[in-house]
Amino acid sequence: MLTFNTLVGVCLLYVIMLFVVAFVADKRARRSKVRFLTSPMIYTLSLSVYCTAWTFYGAVGNAARSGLEYVTIYLGPTLVMIGWWWFLRKLVRVGRSQRVTSIADLVSSRYGKSNLLGVLVTLIAVIGTTPYIALQLQSVTLSFAVFARDRSAGWVIPDLEQTAIWVAGGLALFTILFGTRNLDVNERHHGVVTAIAVEAVVKLVALMAVGIFVVWGIGGGAQGISAAMEQAIQAAPEGAWSLQGGRWVGLTFLSAAAFLTLPRMFQVLVVENVDERQLATASWAFPLYLFLMSLFVIPIAVVGLAILPKGENPDLFVLTLPLYFEQDGLAMLAFLGGFSSATSMVIVASIALATMVSNHIIMPIWLSTRLGVGASEYRDARQILLSARRLSIVGILALGYFYYRISGGGAALAAIGLISFAGVAQVLPAMAGGLFWRGASRSGAVAGLITGFAIWAYTLFLPSFGEAGVMSAAMLADGPWGIAALRPQALFGVDGLDPVVHALFWSLILNCAVFVLISLLSFPSPLERLQAAQFVNVLDHSGPTRGRSFNAATSEDLLVMAQQIMGSDQAQAWFQAQAEQQGKQGYLPDTTPDFIGRLERELSGLVGTATAHAMIAQILGGATVSVDDLLAVADETQQMLEQTSQMEAKQLELTTTARQLSEVNEKLTQLSIQKDAFLSQISHELRTPMTSIRAFSEILRDGGADDPEAAARHASIIHDESVRLTRLLDDLLDLSVLENGQVQLYPRREVVRDVLDRAIAATSSVIDQEKMHIHRNRSDEGIALYTDTDRLAQVFINLISNAAKYCDAKDKRLAIRVRQRGGRLQVDFVDNGSGVPLESQSMIFEKFSRLSDQAAAGGAGLGLAICREIMDKLDGSITYLPGQSGAAFRVTLPIGTHSPFGRTSSLGINHL
Amino acid sequence: MRSPREPLFLARQSYRRRRIEDAARLLPLLGVVLFLLPLMVGGAIGSVRVAFVFSSWFFLILSAFVLARHLGRDAGQRPTGSQSAPDGPSDDPAGPR
Repeated sequence: MLTFNTLVGVCLLYVIMLFVVAFVADKRARRSKVRFLTSPMIYTLSLSVYCTAWTFYGAVGNAARSGLEYVTIYLGPTLVMIGWWWFLRKLVRVGRSQRVTSIADLVSSRYGKSNLLGVLVTLIAVIGTTPYIALQLQSVTLSFAVFARDRSAGWVIPDLEQTAIWVAGGLALFTILFGTRNLDVNERHHGVVTAIAVEAVVKLVALMAVGIFVVWGIGGGAQGISAAMEQAIQAAPEGAWSLQGGRWVGLTFLSAAAFLTLPRMFQVLVVENVDERQLATASWAFPLYLFLMSLFVIPIAVVGLAILPKGENPDLFVLTLPLYFEQDGLAMLAFLGGFSSATSMVIVASIALATMVSNHIIMPIWLSTRLGVGASEYRDARQILLSARRLSIVGILALGYFYYRISGGGAALAAIGLISFAGVAQVLPAMAGGLFWRGASRSGAVAGLITGFAIWAYTLFLPSFGEAGVMSAAMLADGPWGIAALRPQALFGVDGLDPVVHALFWSLILNCAVFVLISLLSFPSPLERLQAAQFVNVLDHSGPTRGRSFNAATSEDLLVMAQQIMGSDQAQAWFQAQAEQQGKQGYLPDTTPDFIGRLERELSGLVGTATAHAMIAQILGGATVSVDDLLAVADETQQMLEQTSQMEAKQLELTTTARQLSEVNEKLTQLSIQKDAFLSQISHELRTPMTSIRAFSEILRDGGADDPEAAARHASIIHDESVRLTRLLDDLLDLSVLENGQVQLYPRREVVRDVLDRAIAATSSVIDQEKMHIHRNRSDEGIALYTDTDRLAQVFINLISNAAKYCDAKDKRLAIRVRQRGGRLQVDFVDNGSGVPLESQSMIFEKFSRLSDQAAAGGAGLGLAICREIMDKLDGSITYLPGQSGAAFRVTLPIGTHSPFGRTSSLGINHL
Repeated sequence: MRSPREPLFLARQSYRRRRIEDAARLLPLLGVVLFLLPLMVGGAIGSVRVAFVFSSWFFLILSAFVLARHLGRDAGQRPTGSQSAPDGPSDDPAGPR
């Protein structure tokens, strides 16, 4: 037989076990042995704070009253979890990269670190959650009462309110001990989370044990349950077991929304999350948990309805069924399950709310009292922060308790679960919009939240107090001042809906509408836009935030402040690590924007984004991000792009240079080869006449030529060869003089005809010898030139004698044509020979290039090279004209303004 | 600010992974459809409909399990900035290393 003392004793033992579990987990965490604590399974189990006592007991009651509808509360979260890749992954990533501490912090951080939004969300959360905490207290006291009622013979009937006080006090103690024990930068509570995981197992085991007992112990297996169900459907009032489409869809959506926005869910889902693998596992494991939790609900409900006497509260079937069959152990387990559900919810919810209240309400107020003070004034910040947390926890639990007292713990309270869900769901548009829409603005979020919250309060929250509450029966029936369109439960004449669905529909629709409309109309601040980009694009680049640069701030001030908040050791270690990263010794890193950004994120893990931002801004003196800062961020990207393109340009340049270098190198190699060829050529050219001179002079010396005629012939050969040598040397000298630019020009005015006459006269001997005819059109040749005509004549001589020597026609003819083209004189020398073959045309102007030896009697192959040098000096050119009747050369030169010659000659003089 | 240099066509493995991601995105839609189906039938709920809701629920869990095994493996290989021991003061998921 269970006695009250046994019950209390087991409860105490259970609580002590929780303390031990939390304590050990915390200790392990402090020694960094977190592998087990951060395992995906613990994470999944901790998510079960979703299943409160309201769902533990209430699901059965719900099933008994309206059939399958209770699963909607589980189907919503199932859909959210299996769709993790789409929404939760982003939410968790944002939460991690921005060091978000609560849902209020998330919203505030997204909309430009606005504290107004933080306060708003905090208020909504507190108003929405306090009744829920009251509900948990109620369920625990009710379950106590069940035992008391059934065993009243041996029991002192406990005072229900006394029980509630004890439970609330005990929970406050546990939460303060493990929830605010460490001021962790990540706001993670390993001890609490592990204890919650243990409670999750207790819940599940308890409910399944009762379920198995009911199905196979007393219900007669699946067959029996099926029969009992049919019976229950028969017995139920008309329509109770039919699915109402509106409620089915509405409640599924509502539970999905609440799953994301309930402060306690956000705490375990996002804040306590360590890595993505946890989420991947939870995506199927948590729906499985919910599945198992709801599997036996209908059997328990129908069997309870069939067996237990009429009038029994179906909400407590989980307890009363085992008790009815005198299964005390099982009843005990069920009681512990309910107790676990209640305690875990209260603990996590109060931690989450306390974080929000202290970060968004207490700390900003405290900060504003010391506006404009230095870093050293944050001396007691850490202590104040902890006290604020503890005070908030006590305050929230006290609120819950008083709510429970005032509401009287009746049936009204049981309905508060969905009402609370609908209240916190108002945060969803601001949250989802903030994550997926860059255009969502602060004004829009504020307006949407206020609208949604007001409508929720008007249509659902206030009417829930009943006719005795804030709203009179007349007002509920006819609307305020008799305006039917404003009836709280039939807004704008929509009266076909269930009150919860009605309120949900109007509040969220108008919330979204106002949020979107104001967002479209307003223009966000720079900081907001910066945050928007970081939130929305978090999956593209989880890069660091950058932006501000501060000159005046000394890192010492920051260190002093950080020490107060993070604790001396931790702050110093962190600063040292940062300094080391910058390559500095000691504790004081440079206050680079990067460092400031990281410090701010670090602090925001402790005090919330908005407060951390305000604190740093207070020390640094710049409270907002200016457009310049944003531009700087944009510039960085721009710079990167520019650098890349610069690199590309440089690379191109380098490639070009390399190509040029290799070209030059090739040229040099060619020149070197040319030089070698020149040397061997020249020695050959000098050696040939030398050999014959030596030979004939030896003959003469040795008297080998007795005959004076032969001697004369020998002497003339020697003479000829010497003349040839001299000519060669002259040519060489001429060429070298020309090539070195050490030539002096003597320009004068003369008519082309005269120059040609002189040249033909000078070559008359060769012309006669070769019997060449020269065709001239003397009337064309009356063009006056101002140039060094002696040099020009030299070129002409060379060309004419070349034609005479190398023309291979039988009847040699040379045509000389003179023309004037645009201030330049053109003189063409065209013979009737076979011309120069195409492959040789490019090299005939090179030194010692002779096409053949057929007329070796001539020069050494320097003639055309000299011609080209001369023409260069005269600012003209000599080219081979292909496609004529024979070999054709064209000499082009300016007719003779004075200036080019003046320059050339002066250059020449300078060289002399 | 999306990188303009995302390749147009992917290797077989990346392609497979993208399709798994698509499936993961579509799964909740399937869930919505499955959970709406019971509404299409009028009248009181019998055991058949209860069984349908629970079995489609279980089917979704199984699908999520299969998908999570593929997606989660890669999430583990590609740590997204967070370390496995996150309680050190220098742990900075977004900070450059």
